[in-house]
Amino acid sequence: MRTAFIQTLNELADRDPRVCLVVGDLGFSVIEEFAQKHPDQFVNAGVSEQNMIGLAAGMALTGKIVFTYSIGNFATLRCLEQIRNDVCYHRANVKVVAVGGGLAYGNLGVTHHASEDVAIMRALPNMVVVAPGDPVEARLATRAVVALDGPAYLRLGKAGEPLVHENEPPFELGRAITLRDGTDLTLIASGGMLATADKVARTLAAQNLGVRLVSMHTVKPIDREVVARAAVETAHVFTLEEHSIEGGLGGAVAEVMAELDPGHAPLKRIGLRPEFNKTVGDQNYLKSLHGLDEESVLKTIQQIIARSYGRVG
Amino acid sequence: MNSRATEDELRSVARKLRSHSLRMISQAKTSHIGSCLSVADILAVMYGRILRVDPRRPDWPDRDRLIMSKGHAAAITYAAVAEAGFMPAERLEGYARNGSQLYGHVTHVGVPGIEFSSGSLGHGLPVGTGMALAGKRAGAKWRVFVVMSDGELDEGSNWEAILFAGHHQLDNLTIVIDYNKIQSLDAVDKTLRLEPLADKFRAFGWSPREVDGHDVAALSTALEAVPLEKGRPSAIIAHTIKGKGVSWMEGKVLWHYRAPTPDELVTALAEVAAS
Repeated sequence: MRTAFIQTLNELADRDPRVCLVVGDLGFSVIEEFAQKHPDQFVNAGVSEQNMIGLAAGMALTGKIVFTYSIGNFATLRCLEQIRNDVCYHRANVKVVAVGGGLAYGNLGVTHHASEDVAIMRALPNMVVVAPGDPVEARLATRAVVALDGPAYLRLGKAGEPLVHENEPPFELGRAITLRDGTDLTLIASGGMLATADKVARTLAAQNLGVRLVSMHTVKPIDREVVARAAVETAHVFTLEEHSIEGGLGGAVAEVMAELDPGHAPLKRIGLRPEFNKTVGDQNYLKSLHGLDEESVLKTIQQIIARSYGRVG
Repeated sequence: MNSRATEDELRSVARKLRSHSLRMISQAKTSHIGSCLSVADILAVMYGRILRVDPRRPDWPDRDRLIMSKGHAAAITYAAVAEAGFMPAERLEGYARNGSQLYGHVTHVGVPGIEFSSGSLGHGLPVGTGMALAGKRAGAKWRVFVVMSDGELDEGSNWEAILFAGHHQLDNLTIVIDYNKIQSLDAVDKTLRLEPLADKFRAFGWSPREVDGHDVAALSTALEAVPLEKGRPSAIIAHTIKGKGVSWMEGKVLWHYRAPTPDELVTALAEVAAS
């Protein structure tokens, strides 16, 4: 996703001199080409995230389209008030980009685990929150946030995520993409969990379950209509995200479903337990501790569906 | 706004700004009158002599940008943009009142002439630095001025920006520090000492100059000289007195908080008028 993002940003910056990139002294082996090709559109703010966001807001208020770039929590939490006041309140055309969303930097430590960023960015007025599901979506999302006049948060994984989309799907911020349809259950995924959701969906479909698979790349504003339809038309709704189950995709879907008329499907949020990790591990290892590996996700879903059949029978 | 105000005119505007602020804060029963009074002469000079702005075109792309980073001095900032012609002075009546748009900290929404909303300290300079960087790279003629408080220099974000602006040689950026020596709870010297302040700026690649922040001639001379050195941002360290212009408010922490009562307002206005 990181590669798709920076390649797309390079292309956009070629065509539009307003497109700028401000990094917080991070992006080794990622940002060099941009910096070389677009020296007047590139700034390294140094290790100073508050200033990075302030600079970006100031540049944006003179007419630039400014991307800031750092690792998960540094890009968001360290400079949260600057994002709230300088960017969101002023509707400054700043796109906050975080790499390493979720547990991508697993064994680097809890400081590098971005597990609450979506919840926090989602709470800010005027902020659009995007967590693309694969490199194709990352490319489309990068273009879409440039076209958007106002603040956005783009949450990326790292490099090397699998492709889920074979072709470029129609992409619009705030409009979920339905990759597969069915009525037994809906899987709503954001970010890198889309690939896992896709595999799980294929397995469940092979077991003759009608699976609806939704990529909720825009967590805010959430596609309420797609959530509501899933809750009414399918028997179960599951959310999958590499983020705390509190306040992120699962929280956003829960908010929509809680206000629907009674009688809709139950919801299960599959994501990170809201706690600090205690064990060292890489991304896949830590994900498995949270039940986010393919096998665990499948088991969780199958158990819930089996229980509901038990109730009906 | 390129007509050059005389020193008498500047002093007259400063009196008006002080009087507006006293009335606004007394009527709305809000805080920070001391912070308004200390920065009055600075704002009078900025709008009267320094800033290339056009009240008829607040969004004029080539305008100088003034960021009021000490957002708690909101009353006098609104008064300054009103006196500069950006909005009718009658709007000042709405200051901090229900249903108005003039919040008790500097707010841009619905207020022409206000570049940037502040109120949380340490935000204005990084944003001004970003504007200055963009202007510099575009070869623009417009300049950026950031008016800051002394207590605000406790904020680490400012030193991030000070380091950045010095490194990038942003000589289109000027800060004016309203150095009134008193911050929220106590004297600056007793809280977090800033001295030697000019040396700090010099060490960060800036060009500092210390002036009497109530002497409109001295302020004008310094601000008309920016950039003080080519390739360096300028730091005008304006020595001021908190509560300046009302003898019984001067140098007192109390007037960071209290609003003058109607009786106090009468005597305060009389003192300002006689100054």
